[in-house]
Amino acid sequence: MRVIPCLDVDAGRVVKGVNFAGLRDAGDPVELARRYDAEGADELTFLDVTASSDARETTYEIVSRTAEQVFIPLTVGGGVRTVADVGRLLRAGADKVGVNTAAIARPELIAEIADRYGSQVLVLSVDARRVQPGAPATASGFEVTTHGGRRGTGLDAVEWAVRAAELGAGEVLLNSMDADGTKAGYDLELLGLVRNVVSVPLIASGGAGALEHFEPAVAAGADAVLAASVFHFRELTIGQVKDAVRAGGHPVR
Amino acid sequence: MSSTASKPDVVVLDYGSGNVRSAVRALERAGADVELTADLRRAMDADGLVVPGVGAFAAVARALREVHGDRAVERRLAGGRPVLGICVGLQVMFEASTEPGAGDAEGLGEWPGTAERLPAPVVPHMGWSTVEAPAGSVLFEGIADERFYFVHSYGVQRWEMVDTTGGRMTPPLVTWAEHGAPFVAAVENGPLSATQFHPEKSGDAGAELLRNWVRSLRSA
Repeated sequence: MRVIPCLDVDAGRVVKGVNFAGLRDAGDPVELARRYDAEGADELTFLDVTASSDARETTYEIVSRTAEQVFIPLTVGGGVRTVADVGRLLRAGADKVGVNTAAIARPELIAEIADRYGSQVLVLSVDARRVQPGAPATASGFEVTTHGGRRGTGLDAVEWAVRAAELGAGEVLLNSMDADGTKAGYDLELLGLVRNVVSVPLIASGGAGALEHFEPAVAAGADAVLAASVFHFRELTIGQVKDAVRAGGHPVR
Repeated sequence: MSSTASKPDVVVLDYGSGNVRSAVRALERAGADVELTADLRRAMDADGLVVPGVGAFAAVARALREVHGDRAVERRLAGGRPVLGICVGLQVMFEASTEPGAGDAEGLGEWPGTAERLPAPVVPHMGWSTVEAPAGSVLFEGIADERFYFVHSYGVQRWEMVDTTGGRMTPPLVTWAEHGAPFVAAVENGPLSATQFHPEKSGDAGAELLRNWVRSLRSA
């Protein structure tokens, strides 16, 4: 079981707030990455939320500075549209690349990336939510969304995860847009539905707010748990989360 | 810190594999002078050669041969000069893989055996696992109880090398890990070592393993 802190990075700076003592520069993703590494994070994820494509150069620079100093796996997602984007991130020092919207528009992108660099570099990120009243139903009751959960696609979230794994995604990051920001716990129903039909590793995301939220996600089938604000604001440490999961009988580093 | 002059020099073979920057940096941190190159001369002359490998077995085997990495490995081993394979860089030291598309791709065949799909409910095996290192291991000295970072779907699940020298051969040291079944996590066989996990991504434990390897280059 892995614990993964996630940092939103905009034009080279951490956004969505970080509040933890002892950092010289809380906005510097590299310094935060080092801190989480020192605290026992199993991997790190950068979500690049940079809107302008000009500022993307900054992202590559941040990735290489991080890879020079942090010796745990680094996943970078956000705005990845082509095989060439993946190549650039890997050369900059990313170990895995997260793909989301571009794969919804063109699922073959998954196979193209997997053929070129192997499945293990490809994390399919799925922003899923319960189908809202009035919207067309899906078989699982969950649909894939885009634009940070604001736009539904009508695509069944569980079927999409299955299809993506078949096309070559090596891992699925399952982000519950219903749970995201609620701090009420991971969406265990969604996790269970995907776990039953997908055999690649599954990362639970969205909703982590308290120590007791992590072990149930692992029990529901998550191979990794991702969280952002609870770590950034020091509400919980990586070590506490690991202890809580270990107490449930799951192997932890 | 020792002076630059006394550092072992290590070539990380650059043949178009994925992220190799981390391997270069981690080896530097482990005390080596590191060069990332596909130059055959340099690959043969360095104190140590690292063969990284991510992606599909066939693609790695093909790309390795394109830069004549197979010859560099052969010649180094013939002269007793250290080589370290990482991840698929371990698998290609064996004969073959059952990975789809690998059918006609041959490994270097330094060891008999085949990488086969891991029989586990969740594949790829992605995460930090413990290993069973044998007594006398140089690579795992001081870190035998640590966890290392693995990312792979295939693994060598049987060690098939037999001693045909009537006991004159120094037995290879094989380290095992488990995901669905036991598989080879590392091999130390004279000048040829390899790890299925990524020491360059395995935090402090991985750094120590690389230090152990780099230190051994001096006495090689």
